[in-house]
Amino acid sequence: MAKMNLLQAINNALDIAMAKHDNVYSFGEDTGAFGGVFRATSGLTEKYGRHRNFNTPLVEQGILGFANGLASQGSYAVAEIQFGDYIFPAFDQIVNESAKFRYRSGNEFNVGGLTIRTPYGGGIAGGHYHSQSPEAYFAHTPGLKIVMPRNPYMAKGLLLSAIFDKNPVLFMEPKRLYRASVGEVPEEEYTLELGKADVVKEGKDITVLAWGAQVEMAEKAAEMAAKDGIDCEVIDLVSLLPWDVDTVAESVRKTGRLVITQEAPITGGFASEVAATIQDQCFLYLESPIARVCGLDTPYPLSHEKEYFVDHLKVYEAIKASMTY
Amino acid sequence: MAKDKQHQLDIVTKPQFIDGSALKIPMLQILAEDGTIRKGAELPEMDKELALKIFDTMQFIRILDERMIAAQRQGRISFYLSSLGEEAASIGSAAALTDGDMIMGQYREQGALAFRGFTVEQFMNQLFSNERDLGKGRQMPVHYGCAELNFMTIASPLATQIPQATGYAYGQKMDKTGNCTICYFGEGAASEGDFHAALNMAAVYKVPAIFFCRNNGYAISTPSQGEQYAGDGIAPRGVAYGMKTIRVDGNDVFAVYQATQLARKLAVEENEPVLIEGMSYRMAGHSTSDDPTGYRTRDEENAWRAKDPVVRFQKWLQAQGWINEDEAQKNYDEKKAAVLAALKSAETVPVPHIDEIIEDVYDTPPPHLKQQLEALKAHIRKYPEAYPKTASRIDGGDK
Ligand SMILES: Cc1ncc(C[n+]2csc(CCOP(=O)(O)OP(=O)(O)O)c2C)c(N)n1
Ligand SMILES: [Mg+2]
Repeated sequence: MAKMNLLQAINNALDIAMAKHDNVYSFGEDTGAFGGVFRATSGLTEKYGRHRNFNTPLVEQGILGFANGLASQGSYAVAEIQFGDYIFPAFDQIVNESAKFRYRSGNEFNVGGLTIRTPYGGGIAGGHYHSQSPEAYFAHTPGLKIVMPRNPYMAKGLLLSAIFDKNPVLFMEPKRLYRASVGEVPEEEYTLELGKADVVKEGKDITVLAWGAQVEMAEKAAEMAAKDGIDCEVIDLVSLLPWDVDTVAESVRKTGRLVITQEAPITGGFASEVAATIQDQCFLYLESPIARVCGLDTPYPLSHEKEYFVDHLKVYEAIKASMTY
Repeated sequence: MAKDKQHQLDIVTKPQFIDGSALKIPMLQILAEDGTIRKGAELPEMDKELALKIFDTMQFIRILDERMIAAQRQGRISFYLSSLGEEAASIGSAAALTDGDMIMGQYREQGALAFRGFTVEQFMNQLFSNERDLGKGRQMPVHYGCAELNFMTIASPLATQIPQATGYAYGQKMDKTGNCTICYFGEGAASEGDFHAALNMAAVYKVPAIFFCRNNGYAISTPSQGEQYAGDGIAPRGVAYGMKTIRVDGNDVFAVYQATQLARKLAVEENEPVLIEGMSYRMAGHSTSDDPTGYRTRDEENAWRAKDPVVRFQKWLQAQGWINEDEAQKNYDEKKAAVLAALKSAETVPVPHIDEIIEDVYDTPPPHLKQQLEALKAHIRKYPEAYPKTASRIDGGDK
């Protein structure tokens, strides 16, 4: 075991993947010898050469088009989009190409070797365009897998699974936690199952569901609630596509209550998808309406970032409201 | 030579591959690095008043940039992005326009905005995201915008403003405004699809637009030559799209001014869009989040320091007798004092009232946003110490 922060864990996973197979490539804007603006790819050019870890020109649609082509040729393409907010020029390549490559060709061709890494989320004074959580746009796209790790241990095991998974995977990294989240991580290769939720803390009174950076808020809120005698079960959804309905439904059948937290705006967010499915599966077990604690339906404002952010206090209030419904 | 009538093409009978060597685009330079006028060059018409206004703006921007980089290091603002070394490109080009012409920038064109008359207080209010910021404190520092000065608000997503400039210029042409749009962008942003869409459409529609590429050698850490592009920079792309194109020394304020003046004439009088590529160098890090020692050498930086556009222009002004060393220093000191005073004052102005959070999403806030605001305010009232910037004024009359 070694102590790593989230960035180091990601770097370590890339290192292991590139050592394992010669046809694993890592690329993106500034990701070459410089190592990326967050340093997630540092050291990889030195180790594997500038033909395997490299800079791209500044063009996201090109990065994903290139990555789709490379993956369709049979290689493992790990493409970095510098910020999740800048993934949209590549939307067409991801939604119409990556996601449908296998289906439209009757499995003559596929881009299973594709992994898209991108930092997402707010709370870093990033304003409109360095703060967004765009997962819901992609969750509407059959054919993609979406994974959002919460800490270094999860990030490493999930990224290794994502790279070698036989489907294109969008791997969204919580950038607020890049250096803030530190934990014990095995140095050797290991994988964690995609599509499987993780029960972070067991409890009997209410289920609090989150993914990525929001898990920290759910845990903090649960600690506050514990002081009021409320026993929360905290679940990290981990994967949004496909998502682990069974684990969440089983928990809600036990607790009878569900609070879902998400950083993105509430309307059309993934929390709504979870709420709809869970009320369908657990209707007769519910003691209170499923609550969504989400961002406002506005762009992400800089000077009101603290107010906009879905923090532990907002989650805590939702827990209390659900308990006293 | 035989001709293909349908396509108006010359016919050849031996295979010929064309490469870039047939189109080596030269660079206009009028003011040499030592501050003298190049032999054979013709000075653009520029009277003393304009020359001093340009120099004044250069000095101001340099002070603002240096001071705000320091302010970021002290933790007084969250982020800053300077235009050190590129002052001639944005100020020299803005000086060749009229106030009615539209400016669409990328984010390193504070010089053009200052030339238009954006005040030091306005700069500071944006940088401190306070309630006097025209953008209502919503965007990161340096994302300026001002309708009154015809300066479109900056957006972080790169290159998006380039096709917008084509559209804006189309409207100007249809309305017969007699104005044009200038659009600035980096050589890195010119790799985006939006750049190509913009130039092609501008050439097809013949709009009065000037596309000004600041080629400063880097896109964050990525060097332009060989990693951003393999060809002869950005200029040949204008030619390929059927657009008049010129390359200038971006550190030579006269070359920039003259090229933009001529481009404006072409744009406004003949509806010919123009591409200008200004060759320069980003003297500072990409932004305060960046440390360039990781990807370039001191020697390289020093070689460019010798081409400094402000020093170069000052030498010429002094030789001309339009300013002397003491006057320049006195101006500098006065501006510095003004910058420091504006900084101190903007720092104490509060952020916008929380009610502003739902304004401008639409022309008027729909009911669901009003509900979300009320819920947020109830929450803030419950935990005022957690939201100190807005809690104290939440129910006050001084919105
Ligand atoms: C669509 C998009 N992709 C990536 C970024 C992140 N980014 C911000 S500035 C920058 C480099 C821009 O370089 P260039 O266009 O040459 O302008 P310069 O900074 O050199 O003035 C990058 C990659 C962004 N803002 N928008
Ligand atoms: Mg550049």
